[in-house]
Amino acid sequence: MSDLFIRFRWVILTILVFVFVTLFTAEFQQAQTTAVLASALRQSTPLVFGALCGVMCERSGVVNIGIEGQMLLSAFVGFMVASATGSLIAGILAGMATGALMGAGLAGLSVTLQGDQIIAGTVLNIAAFGISSYFFQQGLTLPSGKTPQVSLGPLADLPVIGRVFFINRPLTYLSLILIWVVWFVLFRTRWGLWTRSVGEVPSAAETVGISVARVRYTNLIAGGCLAGLGGAYLSLEAVGSFERMMTNGRGFVALAVMIFGRWNPIGIWGAALLFGYASAVQTQLQFRGWLADDPQFIGMIPYVVCIVVLAGFVGRARPPAAVGQPYSRE
Amino acid sequence: MPDHLLPLDSPTAVSDPVGVAAPPALEVRGVTKRFGDVLANEDVDFRIERGRVHALLGENGAGKSTLVNIIFGLYQADTGEVRRNGEVVNLNGPRDAIAQQIGMVHQHFQLVPVLSVAENVVLGDEPTRHGVVDLGEAAAVVQRLSERFGLDIDPQSIVEDLPIGIQQRVEILRALYREVDILILDEPTAVLTPQETGHLLEVLRGLADTGVAVVFITHKLREVMAVADEITVMRRGRVVGHTVPADTDESDLASMMVGRPVELRLKRTPASPGDKMLAIVDLVVNDDRQTQALNGINLDVRAGEVVGVAGVEGNGQRELVEAVTGLRGVISGSIILDGEEIAGRPPRQISTMGVAHIPEDREKLGLIGAHTVADNMVLNRYHHRPYSRHGIRRPAAVDDEATRLVEEFDVRPPNIAAMVATLSGGNKQKVVAAREFSHESKVMVAAQPTRGIDIGNIEFIHRRLIEYRDAGMAILLVSAELDEVLGVSDRVAVIYGGRIVSCEPAEGIDRDRVGRLMLSGADG
Repeated sequence: MSDLFIRFRWVILTILVFVFVTLFTAEFQQAQTTAVLASALRQSTPLVFGALCGVMCERSGVVNIGIEGQMLLSAFVGFMVASATGSLIAGILAGMATGALMGAGLAGLSVTLQGDQIIAGTVLNIAAFGISSYFFQQGLTLPSGKTPQVSLGPLADLPVIGRVFFINRPLTYLSLILIWVVWFVLFRTRWGLWTRSVGEVPSAAETVGISVARVRYTNLIAGGCLAGLGGAYLSLEAVGSFERMMTNGRGFVALAVMIFGRWNPIGIWGAALLFGYASAVQTQLQFRGWLADDPQFIGMIPYVVCIVVLAGFVGRARPPAAVGQPYSRE
Repeated sequence: MPDHLLPLDSPTAVSDPVGVAAPPALEVRGVTKRFGDVLANEDVDFRIERGRVHALLGENGAGKSTLVNIIFGLYQADTGEVRRNGEVVNLNGPRDAIAQQIGMVHQHFQLVPVLSVAENVVLGDEPTRHGVVDLGEAAAVVQRLSERFGLDIDPQSIVEDLPIGIQQRVEILRALYREVDILILDEPTAVLTPQETGHLLEVLRGLADTGVAVVFITHKLREVMAVADEITVMRRGRVVGHTVPADTDESDLASMMVGRPVELRLKRTPASPGDKMLAIVDLVVNDDRQTQALNGINLDVRAGEVVGVAGVEGNGQRELVEAVTGLRGVISGSIILDGEEIAGRPPRQISTMGVAHIPEDREKLGLIGAHTVADNMVLNRYHHRPYSRHGIRRPAAVDDEATRLVEEFDVRPPNIAAMVATLSGGNKQKVVAAREFSHESKVMVAAQPTRGIDIGNIEFIHRRLIEYRDAGMAILLVSAELDEVLGVSDRVAVIYGGRIVSCEPAEGIDRDRVGRLMLSGADG
């Protein structure tokens, strides 16, 4: 436990600072503080899904820069299916399937054909932009509306925290559960040990009888499901419709979140909350009309945080050793 | 060839006829394996018996690794068969080999550095409880195994923090955890210090005594004679002989490996030392962690003599070499080259002033793998005439020099346009040696000059060292191979804990005494 604290000291420190600031402001303006925090959680959710996809892929040794595309196309397909069938569940499942299919495509290009993983990921992004823009139709709506809000009984009555964490929509709850599930799978199960060894020294895994290709395929497809959930979250839970380019770079920020979280789901959650908080503060400032003449400067905040974090902390993080390298036996 | 080293196809070499004795633990019959145009294994027969240590001997590229990789399922034979306990088995991957209780310790360790010893050992066959990897159980198993086989290891340590010798034990434990019947070790001693080697050989002996069939690949004859029950020799993809240590000796084996008579003991004339060329005075140097690695050492090398520095690795040899060649700063003391102070000067200047250097790590410090043989041949002088003029390279001059050196040093293949990375270890080392010897230096600093290269090339490099010595060069030889130091040097200095604890003529020196000095810094 104590080494967890040491490894994530920066994330923990950052969270503590934010908690402190929040409690301080909550003393004066509880409503706004709650709004900012709730918005931070909402903003962090797609990042969590994207970064969990990233961690599944990279821990097995495959770079996935196609998360942006996976989320975008999943958001689109999920929305179209939900719009056509009227079933949100069908939409979410369609989103997951889309992400999974794209994950399988990435695996095909980078594992079976041993192509360059960066190029394979770029292919996913370009394909997603193209397909979702081409088939996009204006004016479609969700007959059932967005996913419904679920309040977790007495927990929701807790001051500040209650409104933030315990009155949410289903995919948000799911993301909070998946953080722990992915952590457990990676660090406690046999599959996780295999994944990590394949991501570090694939030839070592192969010599003890683990199939590198099978591990990578499985993880890329599972990761694709997670990215698909992230896409479905955007169109079916956060917004309730699909817009062109609606991921707006979140898939790339998710990669930064993954790195800042040191390829660990729990670290990822902290990092995602930080980025979510930056976005929420940005929205709140725009809402209040700060720098109303030049809103671009306020809009920059999350991206500046992203750059500062990547430049400042990432040097110390160590990626899985075999990331980005195609593996062949001979 | 002595008559007891019969080729396998000779009728008298066939041992018990099929069906009389129990079938061998593993038998390879008529295996041929081709990589492109290269015939790596040609009609190879090989038998492994339970409870025996079987040495597979041969030069680099003789096909030993190919053969054991076929046995371990990493490669598939083009023709021929592998029989396990008399029955033909199909080995299509390591998984199949593991199922047949065949274990392998690879030359390049197949460990995951960021995982713990226990995790590495159980990887692929983990004890689980309700789907959760039971690391406590794994650690307990590793602890039990390591105690039973005398492999002192802490299951909780992270592999990357362990020295090479201990990492190798993790590999062995991994095989033992799978209860192997056959343990194959690919060049296990190439990376070990003499003590680690000694300990490994004991462990192998112990394993064989419990009934495991041990196969170990090597080209070090002393080890073979010390531990093997049986010896199979390969050359150019074929098995050229099979014998037992009692019927042979090191020089017979060397001749079989190389295919011609080899002089194991270097023929050499006494040195006729001249002026002091290199004088190291009260030299103090720090290591990478800024702790003192050399505590004020004094050492002279005169023209026309070889001074060998013997010692267990990590006693300051590396720092000594780096200080003399300018790769490492000097805290105090001086290094005098033919009357001139060179301590603290930049490496290129020291090289130009007349210090040649065969570095310990030829891949990292000696060569640029992605460049051609020709460019590597002039790495230390490409900026001088005639190789460049007014800052412009003159490839024709480089090629002429490289062609001459490739011929003189017998680099194979003799293609100066080949990328250095594609050469074998021995030929890479010849490129380094060719470049450094041809620079008309006063002093040669040769660090581990024959590490990881085969007998033919070792002999070649040793002869060159003596030839240049006779031509008046002062040679400082640093080697972890005691035999090399004793065989080549005129004077032997023993380094221990950053001090020279003894320096005396090599003539008539007591090998055991030098060994004791290396281990404890004291004689007795």
